[in-house]
Amino acid sequence: MEQLIIFGILISLGYFFGRHAEKKHYKSIQEREKHWLQLPTTCSKYVLEDDRIIDHCDLVNGSMVVSVDYFKRILARLRNFFGGNIQSYETLIDRARREAVLRLKESCPGADQVINLRLETSSITKGSGKQIGSVEVLAYGTAVYFCK
Amino acid sequence: MAVKIAANQNMVTFKAKISACRPGERLTQEKGMFLTNTEEIPGKKITAFYGVVSGSTVRAKHAGRDLMAGIKNVFGGELKGYTELLQESRDEAIDRMKSQAKQLGANGVVNVRFSTSSVAAGASEIYVYGTAVSVE
Repeated sequence: MEQLIIFGILISLGYFFGRHAEKKHYKSIQEREKHWLQLPTTCSKYVLEDDRIIDHCDLVNGSMVVSVDYFKRILARLRNFFGGNIQSYETLIDRARREAVLRLKESCPGADQVINLRLETSSITKGSGKQIGSVEVLAYGTAVYFCK
Repeated sequence: MAVKIAANQNMVTFKAKISACRPGERLTQEKGMFLTNTEEIPGKKITAFYGVVSGSTVRAKHAGRDLMAGIKNVFGGELKGYTELLQESRDEAIDRMKSQAKQLGANGVVNVRFSTSSVAAGASEIYVYGTAVSVE
């Protein structure tokens, strides 16, 4: 009985706090993405055509470690039984990726372009069984500064 | 020993040298190094290649942080402690790679790649590697 109560509390905590945090995070991501549209970012190896002369370039990176809440973890476990796509994990990794790219851009405010953007995902702590505990997303690229 | 290889239509000298950098050595941050993850440095001309340089770190956070991360696992969201930890160790790995490149006489590293692997719960290894070059 006690275990059931604890389980219920954990689930509801996870549901309310997790949902609130996700909504807030998505809102801030969308706002910042709008602001950072001015900085062209590509996965290509070459600098986009520009008349200006390149001053210097630098390696930049941004990362985020994110973890699922208790409610979503239970949901994912259920999904594992029936099969199909686990949406709760999809949004989790999507959030982490977008945040990592934004952090990369925020680490080089004076840059004119970011080229060769690479994203890498790794799970840090494995939960019980096959569950993912937390995921780290790393974004790295080369920031190019033009002569002013 | 110097072997002539053709790269980017220019003849460059490939200097094979064995690294003299001991692992675990405390290294100071090098300034004025060109780091990119592209094959060439935009706007600069590469004059020599020195081979692969790398740096790695394994780090863990203290138990308090791990406990906090455990609690955070219920609510979900960002684990700031771990983000910080990995960022610190990444900087350290880059520093180690830079100083290894400096010891070879290079002043830049191109084609930098990162790789992360979890060694144990709460500890992870960060490995950075690239090609040391010298630029004009």
